[in-house]
Amino acid sequence: MGRKLLTQHINVPGIRNLETYRQHGGYDTLRKAFGMKQEDIVEEVKKSGLRGRGGAGFPTGLKWSFLAKPEGVARYLVCNADESEPGTFKDRYMMEHLPHLLIEGMAIGSFALGCRTSYIYIRGELMYVYHILQKAIDEAYAAGFLGKNVMGTGWDFDLFLQCGGGAYICGEETALIESLEGKRGNPRIKPPFPAIKGVWDCPTVVNNVESIMAVVPIVRDGGDAYAQIGIGKSTGTKLISACGHLKKPGVYEIELGVPVEEFIYSDEYCGGIRNDKKLKAVVAGGSSVPVLPAELILKTANGEPRLMSYESLADGGFATGTMLGSGGFIVMDEDTSIVKNLWTFTRFYHHESCGQCSPCREGTGWMEKLLHKILDGHGTLADVDLLWEIQSKIEGKTICPLGDAAAWPVASAIRHFRSEFEEYVRNPSAIRKDHHYYRVNNLNPELV
Amino acid sequence: MPKVTIDGHTIEVPDGTTILQAARMIGGDVTPPAMCYYSKLKTSGGYCRTCIVKVTKGSEKDPRPMPKPVASCRTTVMDGMEVQNKTAPDLIDARNGVVEFLLINHPLDCPICDQAGECHLQDLSYENGLSKSRYEFKRREFEKIDIGDKIKLHMTRCILCYRRVKVAEQVCDTRVHGVMNRGDVAEISTYIEKAIDNDFSGNMIDVCPVGALTDRTFRFKSRVWFTKPMDAHRDCSKCCGKAVLYMSGNEVLRVSARKDMWGEVEDAAEGKPGWICNECRFEKKEVKDWTIEGPRAIDRHSVIAQNKYLDKKNLKIDVSNQKQIQEKAHN
Ligand SMILES: Cc1cc2nc3c(=O)[nH]c(=O)nc-3n(C[C@H](O)[C@H](O)[C@H](O)COP(=O)(O)O)c2cc1C
Ligand code: SF4
Ligand code: SF4
Ligand code: FES
Repeated sequence: MGRKLLTQHINVPGIRNLETYRQHGGYDTLRKAFGMKQEDIVEEVKKSGLRGRGGAGFPTGLKWSFLAKPEGVARYLVCNADESEPGTFKDRYMMEHLPHLLIEGMAIGSFALGCRTSYIYIRGELMYVYHILQKAIDEAYAAGFLGKNVMGTGWDFDLFLQCGGGAYICGEETALIESLEGKRGNPRIKPPFPAIKGVWDCPTVVNNVESIMAVVPIVRDGGDAYAQIGIGKSTGTKLISACGHLKKPGVYEIELGVPVEEFIYSDEYCGGIRNDKKLKAVVAGGSSVPVLPAELILKTANGEPRLMSYESLADGGFATGTMLGSGGFIVMDEDTSIVKNLWTFTRFYHHESCGQCSPCREGTGWMEKLLHKILDGHGTLADVDLLWEIQSKIEGKTICPLGDAAAWPVASAIRHFRSEFEEYVRNPSAIRKDHHYYRVNNLNPELV
Repeated sequence: MPKVTIDGHTIEVPDGTTILQAARMIGGDVTPPAMCYYSKLKTSGGYCRTCIVKVTKGSEKDPRPMPKPVASCRTTVMDGMEVQNKTAPDLIDARNGVVEFLLINHPLDCPICDQAGECHLQDLSYENGLSKSRYEFKRREFEKIDIGDKIKLHMTRCILCYRRVKVAEQVCDTRVHGVMNRGDVAEISTYIEKAIDNDFSGNMIDVCPVGALTDRTFRFKSRVWFTKPMDAHRDCSKCCGKAVLYMSGNEVLRVSARKDMWGEVEDAAEGKPGWICNECRFEKKEVKDWTIEGPRAIDRHSVIAQNKYLDKKNLKIDVSNQKQIQEKAHN
């Protein structure tokens, strides 16, 4: 059994409540943090090697140390609880069961960074989690873990829970900040980065829910102890939300470095493919990362077992590798249509593009329409080539990474599964039964 | 003062200068096109992505090239930076891609568009566009709407450059419009049926890089190149009172702010942008309202300059260029 740092107590009845949480050591680490110097806490986080769990994997300690500290200006820690990446559902699960772990992490982080006010920005659709969190925050205020003179230390600290409107783009850190300030959630143009100008133009750190929760065991046991878990620069444990054609989909806490094969097939984790079908492909880190065919997800290009770690999954770059991303592990069995699956993803990005920059605004929609055309048996080989070209003209040319997130799935699907696209193009009669395309495009099937 | 090299031309510029500004200082072909950046409007730029350039050397300190094209209008130069604009074929390819995206939902109805002759998108599509679109699906359609009694909005032509939203924020004293919806269904509109009614709202027409916002007192009256642009001024308590009158005979067809070679409003006094008020723009349409200074100097490059060259001495034929053309023809 792998070690559990975050989910250790998740099955304890009533752990959502402050009393039970405290019986299992809750808020002891906050007390410990108050006995430390602020920069030493940041140092422990640096030593732990923790990489941001929101997707990009940027080292959390380093991010904290970049925070500007001008005199007399407020600083903010913002928890990104928007969690919108399709396939990713770990933060929601953690907040639902362990709200106090997040609050304790926010208090420790805010103390270390010298914040007096911090925010948890949660997706508006997660109303029931909002209520769970708000109740926990109220409890923490009443018990003196938040508010004036926290635990008698003289430090005043307010934690606000802010509800978002429920747009994927509001998970992007600068769009999140705009939304938090009450504006339309459009990404800001960087630089300036949030570490210099974030919420209300003050220095700000935005961190994922899991990153903030991980600070608690790091400060409790020390950064070195945390760094010993995992492999290489992928230290500690990671929550993986596994879904798709698995026998046991769900949220798993793994030690980074577990072989992908073990993760998919062992009984400790996903238990294998549903109905014992063959594995076809995996999207390893949420819908925006490149999809890999079975042979490349289980083994790297040079034949070594692929591990669940930042480095191993990225091995080979985008030609033969992918990314750990946010840990949304989507598994597809042999019966899955890659083209259809890709259309679903692309529809999502088309719908969620904020519309500020031209390549993403226009390109995501174009890709979606082409995929729809191919899927419904009206595509040509030229359409597949065009699709490839459009994604290449979006990638790297946009304000925020949503453009890349839309382009990568298309690129990888064509790279690894081109023959399947060609199949759709060559055998249209098998597909044209579905008249969705006709309906949407106002066409008369008799005439096409 | 950092030194930056763009397409082989080196220039020293003040701290904080962007690549685009530096390129404009050098001038000519080195300057990337810009559809959403407007030097007189704070926080403009970064949206359209037409000004992307390739940074082949980050700076003297950190010579690494930047991994991806950057928006030159929002990237400040570093000492020793080297940039490619026209000289990188892969960048031009990327820019062609941006133009193709922009033209998906922008009909090139230049023959009936009020902006024709003054339009940077027209130039851009001529220089970086394909002769035929590869987009085969339905495009956006909108009814034209009157936003107030002086401005008409052709949403079909809007490329979401955000310039006029910035005018509303920074130049007008109220903001009643903005962007609604997301992605390719995003549109600019007024706040539930409110008209734009503000002394400075007319400047939105001037900053619109395309023909999405049109002056209802000028629409379809004439093509700009048939008009005679004249510099003129009047005593105005609200604005700088310095404008350009577009005349036909003794009739004033249109009044606009004075614009520089980048199509941006010129500075009036003390380095302040010369925005004009709606009274000057829409209501002072008689010659007697103005003191006419004389014909406006128009850039030769512009179609408005047709048959209106002021300084004939400067109209030398570029012989070196001709030689090149002849040589090319022979080879
Ligand atoms: C379109 C888009 C959506 C994103 N959504 C989320 C999200 O829902 N949750 C999240 O933590 N990070 C999300 N991110 C990443 C954040 O911008 C940011 O990198 C992250 O919150 C930083 O936290 P970390 O350093 O702890 O990983 C998103 C990024 C993009 C471009
Ligand atoms: S990449 Fe897409 S989502 Fe991001 S700013 Fe541009 S249009 Fe908006
Ligand atoms: S805005 Fe420019 S490109 Fe568009 S129709 Fe008018 S003149 Fe042509
Ligand atoms: S002019 Fe630079 S992005 Fe539009």
